[in-house]
Amino acid sequence: MAILRNDLVRLALFALVILTMPIWLAPIGAAYPDLMQKIAIYGIFAIGFNILFGMTGYLSFGHAAFLGVGSYAAVWSFKLLTMSVIPAVLFAVVVAGLFAAVIGFVSLRRSGIYFSILTLAFAQMSYNLAYSVLTPITNGETGLQLALGDPRILDRAFTDAGSGIPPPNLLGEELSGLSGFFFCAALLILCFYLAMRIDRSPFGMMLKAIKSNQTRMAYTGFNTRPYTLAAFIISGMYAGLAGGLLAATDPLAGAERMQWTASGEVVLMTILGGVGTLVGPVVGAGVIKYFENIFSAFHEAKLHEAFSFLPDGLENFFVTITAPFVGEGWHLTLGVVFMLIVIFLPGGLMEGVRKIRNAFTRKPASREETGRLAPAE
Amino acid sequence: MNFDKMNRRIFLRSSVLAGAGLAMPTIFTSRAWSQEFCNAPTGSSVVLGFNVPQTGPYAEEGKDQLKAYQLAVKHLNGEGDAGMLNTFKGSALKGNGILGKKVEYVTGDTQTKSDAARASATRMIERDKAIMVSGGSSSGVAVAVQSLCQDMGVIFMSGLTHSNDTTGKDKKANGFRHFFNAYMSGQAIAPVLADAYGKDRRAYHLTADYTWGWTQEESIKNATEALGWETVAAVRTPLGAADFSQYITPVLNSGADVLILNHYGNDMVNSLRQAVQFGMRDKQANGKNFEIVVPLFSELMAQGAGDAIKGIYGTANWDWQLDNDGTKAFTKSFGEEYGTPPSQAAQTGYVQALLYANACEMAGTFNPEGVVKALEGFEFDGLGNGPTLYRAADHQCFKPVLVVQGKESPRDKYDLLQVVKEVPTDVVTYDPSIFGGELGPVSSKC
Repeated sequence: MAILRNDLVRLALFALVILTMPIWLAPIGAAYPDLMQKIAIYGIFAIGFNILFGMTGYLSFGHAAFLGVGSYAAVWSFKLLTMSVIPAVLFAVVVAGLFAAVIGFVSLRRSGIYFSILTLAFAQMSYNLAYSVLTPITNGETGLQLALGDPRILDRAFTDAGSGIPPPNLLGEELSGLSGFFFCAALLILCFYLAMRIDRSPFGMMLKAIKSNQTRMAYTGFNTRPYTLAAFIISGMYAGLAGGLLAATDPLAGAERMQWTASGEVVLMTILGGVGTLVGPVVGAGVIKYFENIFSAFHEAKLHEAFSFLPDGLENFFVTITAPFVGEGWHLTLGVVFMLIVIFLPGGLMEGVRKIRNAFTRKPASREETGRLAPAE
Repeated sequence: MNFDKMNRRIFLRSSVLAGAGLAMPTIFTSRAWSQEFCNAPTGSSVVLGFNVPQTGPYAEEGKDQLKAYQLAVKHLNGEGDAGMLNTFKGSALKGNGILGKKVEYVTGDTQTKSDAARASATRMIERDKAIMVSGGSSSGVAVAVQSLCQDMGVIFMSGLTHSNDTTGKDKKANGFRHFFNAYMSGQAIAPVLADAYGKDRRAYHLTADYTWGWTQEESIKNATEALGWETVAAVRTPLGAADFSQYITPVLNSGADVLILNHYGNDMVNSLRQAVQFGMRDKQANGKNFEIVVPLFSELMAQGAGDAIKGIYGTANWDWQLDNDGTKAFTKSFGEEYGTPPSQAAQTGYVQALLYANACEMAGTFNPEGVVKALEGFEFDGLGNGPTLYRAADHQCFKPVLVVQGKESPRDKYDLLQVVKEVPTDVVTYDPSIFGGELGPVSSKC
């Protein structure tokens, strides 16, 4: 019972932190709906990825394929059926789940680096298909967009087609700006809860056992394939949900969502935040999206403003030094941060949090506590 | 949760937390409805958003365009030598900002990707309260951001975008384009090509695989086939491919005698150099010299391509060596500021910023509904392209198109192109209905 109550507290804290994002992100210039939506959505994506990578120990380099498939499925649901997000999101999850079942069935015949390469190959194939071969379905590089002439069968059955393209809605409520964020945040909290339940369940225990030694599992008579496949599909469905939400908050799906860089990004997010921890991937997603959106927007005039309290010579000196790291150079900053974290905090940002907490309490954490904080290690 | 331990203190604490949590969302929604239109400027300044590629295959063009936007902001605020503000005929601009408000700007990196571009534009509109977004340098991105601006209720003044779709199939009431398009390129360049290379040529297209490439391929194909050329094949290549050799090798054995490169930016630099390195221009095919044509190119690309560009025909929206007052004034102030002559990407960005500011002055408001009315059917001169019309039916500018050729013996590294022919406006004008699409209503609500 003690563990269960602790989990409830943790879930409540998580929900509180996520829902108050518009308040505590404001001082660092990130409290605008689009970025917060992205953080929540990529948080879902990373939590799902962590179920496969952190718990089961399978490193997939092709997870963006499911994100893309989810997006396309959701946009097609908007185009053909209705602008309501509920069928769109369900459709995205189901289609991504089916897609993951097919790819997982083939890829999971191998493990380790061979599995990673197989998933990478599948994702690259999906990207190229979406980019040029399946242009009628995906609209290629331009991306699949809504048009005035879309059928939207269910919507037309009840109302006339107005002028202009209607925005996606949730039970009649327009889903843009902050309402869009709260919708994503609610799903993120739900996904976090599900991941926590999986982590604490016998099924989760099985996944962790597979991670620690799959051969030993096989010798004891367990067939590990159904477990890994189930983890792969769950993880793919999380990615599909994230893709569907991307389309729900901004109804456009582009092939670049499936590119290998997008697959690499979720690996970075998970490692940056802390592999195998529950909160880590969400933190990692937040940090990376923050860098991508805020650092890339700085330009020299802004830097001059920031350093204006210094005397002229020093001001120019500092601006020259920092300029390569902001604006178009935000990748450079991210690279440096990533290197520092991997070298000094191999357990990701969550390890940093743990170290700080231990330093404050000034006693080594009890065995039970460390075990719980890093369940998959 | 353990309810038998509930006492007054815990009850009070938890109800305050729950109440705050429930009430919080309303704080953020309440103020959104008080505005007359999206991001109506309230203080003494107004924010414009400049969204250009700073990384990816079109980065060079994007960075040059960004410089021009920054220069335009200076001139609008009455700093510097005012550039084309002095030569702009039909202008209501006073050089004191827009409608008396100082112009500020925010920038973003589109990474030449639709997703990143939309995220960056959304940030400008939601966080920085930008009233107008300008930029592009890739038609795929321009189309994506234009539809976003339509949804969010701000004006989109597209930068460098050459696809027919931007003001054709995908046109939007809130979007405006000053740059020319692929159809105009085809109409302008086809007669020049027929004169130079004859009417019985066989062409092989290599095309960037996205909206711009598709429409340019189609337009050039239609225009050249109308003059008697034959199209052997049209092959699509991915955007941002660094190595085009696998696409270039089959060209020589295909029976074609002209290679048409529908590539732009860094892609064009790579594909042209590789085609020249293959020795294509020294080859003979069907008893004629093998030729290469690049329907759209710019000074920056010519610089990148180096010797490979010599003698190649193409079209351009504008060139800094044109002989008119607007061009001279702009080239002078751009040169003084940055030490290089401006590219056509820079010119279109600068002009779009001025045209937007001017439309606000004419309408007397920043409200998109007024601004769109002021821009529709607006006729102006003195911005470097000669007399120009912003057509109301599709929000496309109509002006003369330049056919250019890479110079054989350039004076310096900026003197790379010569203008072969200035094709008059009526030759490149078309019926707005041929591309389909509809503008829809103007949107001004967030």
